[in-house]
Amino acid sequence: MPKPFTKLTAIAAPIMRSNIDTDVIIRIERLVGNSVRGTLGKWAFGSLRYLPDGSENPDFILNREPYRQAEILVTGPNFGCGSSREGAVWSLQEMGIRAVIGSGFGDIFFANCFQNGILPIVVDKAIVDGLAAEIELTQGAGRIGVDLEEQTITSPTGQRHRFEIDPRRRAGLLEGLDEVASTLRRDDEIRAFQAADRTTRPWIHFARKSA
Amino acid sequence: MRKPGRTLLAKIWDQHVIARMGDDTDLLHVDRHLLHDLGGSRGLLDLKSRNLSVHNPELTFATPDHAISTARGRAGTIKIGQELLAALRVETAASGIAMFDIDEPGQGIVHVIGPELGLSLPGCLIVCGDSHTCTHGGLGALAFGIGSSELTHVLATQAIIQRRPKTMRVSFEGRLPLGVTAKDLILKLIGHVGAAGGTGYAVEYAGSAIRDLPVEGRLTICNLSIELGAKMGLIAPDEKTYEYIRGRAYAPQGELWERAVTAWRELPSDPDAVFDKEVLIDVQKIIPQVTWGISPEHVIGVDGHVPDPREIADPARRAAIETALDYMGLKGGAPIAGTPVDWVFIGSCTNSRLSDLRAAAAVARGRKVAPGVRAWVVPGSETVKRDAVAEGLDRLFVDAGFEWREPGCSMCLAANGETVAPGQRSVSTSNRNFIGRQGPRARTHLASPATAAAAAISGTIADVRTMER
Repeated sequence: MPKPFTKLTAIAAPIMRSNIDTDVIIRIERLVGNSVRGTLGKWAFGSLRYLPDGSENPDFILNREPYRQAEILVTGPNFGCGSSREGAVWSLQEMGIRAVIGSGFGDIFFANCFQNGILPIVVDKAIVDGLAAEIELTQGAGRIGVDLEEQTITSPTGQRHRFEIDPRRRAGLLEGLDEVASTLRRDDEIRAFQAADRTTRPWIHFARKSA
Repeated sequence: MRKPGRTLLAKIWDQHVIARMGDDTDLLHVDRHLLHDLGGSRGLLDLKSRNLSVHNPELTFATPDHAISTARGRAGTIKIGQELLAALRVETAASGIAMFDIDEPGQGIVHVIGPELGLSLPGCLIVCGDSHTCTHGGLGALAFGIGSSELTHVLATQAIIQRRPKTMRVSFEGRLPLGVTAKDLILKLIGHVGAAGGTGYAVEYAGSAIRDLPVEGRLTICNLSIELGAKMGLIAPDEKTYEYIRGRAYAPQGELWERAVTAWRELPSDPDAVFDKEVLIDVQKIIPQVTWGISPEHVIGVDGHVPDPREIADPARRAAIETALDYMGLKGGAPIAGTPVDWVFIGSCTNSRLSDLRAAAAVARGRKVAPGVRAWVVPGSETVKRDAVAEGLDRLFVDAGFEWREPGCSMCLAANGETVAPGQRSVSTSNRNFIGRQGPRARTHLASPATAAAAAISGTIADVRTMER
C-alpha cells in the first residue's frame, strides 16, 4: 500500500536528456527474482551513475552534492518510456525520490508512479526548462516545493506554477489508497458484469482447449 | 439524428466497462491475463501475502519466456531464472492457472503464444505485465502492458482501472516496395512521429498496406506501438483475422465461433468515426529501415547516413545525437550501410514468427554467415519451432552458420544471461535499441528479419534489396 503524498520541499536534480527509458533507470538483471525490493536504490541509473570499473561517475548529477540528497527529479521529455517494469519506480523510490516533474512520461511508468506513492507532475516544457535553469543557477541549493493539495510547484525563486492532475489519482495519493481493496469493495459489480457478459460474449468466458 | 461514428477503440472499450469512475476513467473487465516468469509468480505471491485469491484463474494463462535459457535442453538457465520458473509452476498450479511449460506445446514468448493458441481474440481486453502486450492489438484486441501493482490488481479483481486514451489513426497507403516489411513500416512511423509521438494515445493502424498485410505482420506493427509511446495499438479485424484464428486450440468452435465472428464484424471503426489525430504514411516511398542510435526514433533508411551533429543547430538535439553516436561508436555523417557487425539476433515478440523466419531464410539460403559474426535464430514458440523444422528452416539456418535455439525472449532484453558483449555491435529484429538493452554497453541496430539476415551474411549492415535473387 503506498504512503500518502501531500507536500514536499526538497532538493531537485535535473536530468534533462530526452527519452530516458526504464532500462536506463534500472537494468533488467537487477529485477530478476522475487526478492529484489529493497536492493534497487543503488542500481538506479546504473549505466549513468557508475563507470565500467564500478566506481562512481563523478560527472553524473546524482553523484554530486547536494543532488545526492535529491527527492525530486526534473526530467527531460518522455522520461520513463519503454518497458512496463515497475522496478524503475521502486529503484527511484529506494534512492529517495518522491516526485518527478517533466513535460511528459511513458504511460506505464506514469501509472506505476501512482501505485507507489510517487507523484509524477506534467507541466509545459518551458516550465520544466525554467525549473532546471533555476536549480542550476543555485548549484542545486534552491529547493523545489510541491503541494499536491494546492496542485502547485514552487521554484527556487518563489515562482508558483499550477499543475493539472486526474482528481481520482490525486485523491488516491493524498490518502495512500489501496486500489486492490477499493476495487474489491465493488466485487458485486464485477460479478454482475461477468454474469451478463457470459450471455453476450460466451466465447470469452468458456475458453477451452479443443484442438 | 444519426449517432456519430465510433472507433474500434471506443467499441471495445465500452463493451468492457464495469463501472464509470468519473473523468474518462473506467473500471474495465479483463478478458485475458497473461503471466510470464519474470513477474507472474511475484504477483501470485503478492496476492497470497494479502490473503487474496485469483479472481478468475480460467481467464489467466502463464508461460516462461523472459528468464529461461534458449540453449538446447535449456542448459545454462541462470539460477534465479530456474527459481522463477519453479515458482511459476508452483504458484500457477496452486491457483488453478493453465501454464504452458518449457518443452510443451504452447510454450513460447507470451505475445507469440496468445494469438497462436487462439487465446487472443478480436474485441478482447488483454493485459500482461509486459509493455509489448500491445502486440495482440494486431488481431483487433485492446491489449496493453501493466506494472506489477496493476498485475496484482488484475489477479485479485479480473478488472483494471484505466483512463480512456486519445485516439490516433495512422493510415499506411500504397503497396509495399520490394524488400520492405511490416517492421520497416512501423520503424518509419516511429522515426516520423518520435518516441513520444503516441504517448497518451491508442493508435489504430489502417490503410491499404495494413489490409494487405498478413496477420503476423500486423502483430509486428502493433508490437512496436509502445516504442512510439502508445500503450495500445490496434488493427480492425477482417476476414484474414478470422481465417488466422479459426481452429486454433482455444478459439471458439461451432456455434460459438459463428456468434463470435458475427460480433467481431461490428468492431471496425465506422467510416465517419473521428480520431483525435490522423497520420498518413505513403508506403511506396519507404525503403528498409535500420536504427543508428539509442532510441527507436533514431532510424534511417539503410541507404542513409547517420546524422551529423555539426549540422544540428539546436544545442539540446545536437547533444542528444552526440551522446547516441558516442554510445554507438558511430561517426556523424557516415553511411550506415557497411558498418561492421559482431552479432545478429533474429527473434523476440516483434519478429520470431514463422513468416519472419521464412523471410530471414530466404536471404540466408545457400549463403554463409560472414566470418567473425555470431548469428542466432530464436523461434518465438514451440509451435513456430515445430513448423519451421517441418519446413527444414532449422537445417537451412544451421547450414548457413546460424545457431538454431529454443523458444524464449533471449537476447532481446538480456534477462537470462544471453547478452551481446560490451562494445559489440548487433543487428537485432527486436524492439529496443536502448542503452545496454542487449547487455551492458552493447550496441543495437533494430531492423527487419530480412535486413538482419543480410547483415549476418555480409558481416556489415547491408541493403537486403541488393541481395535479392
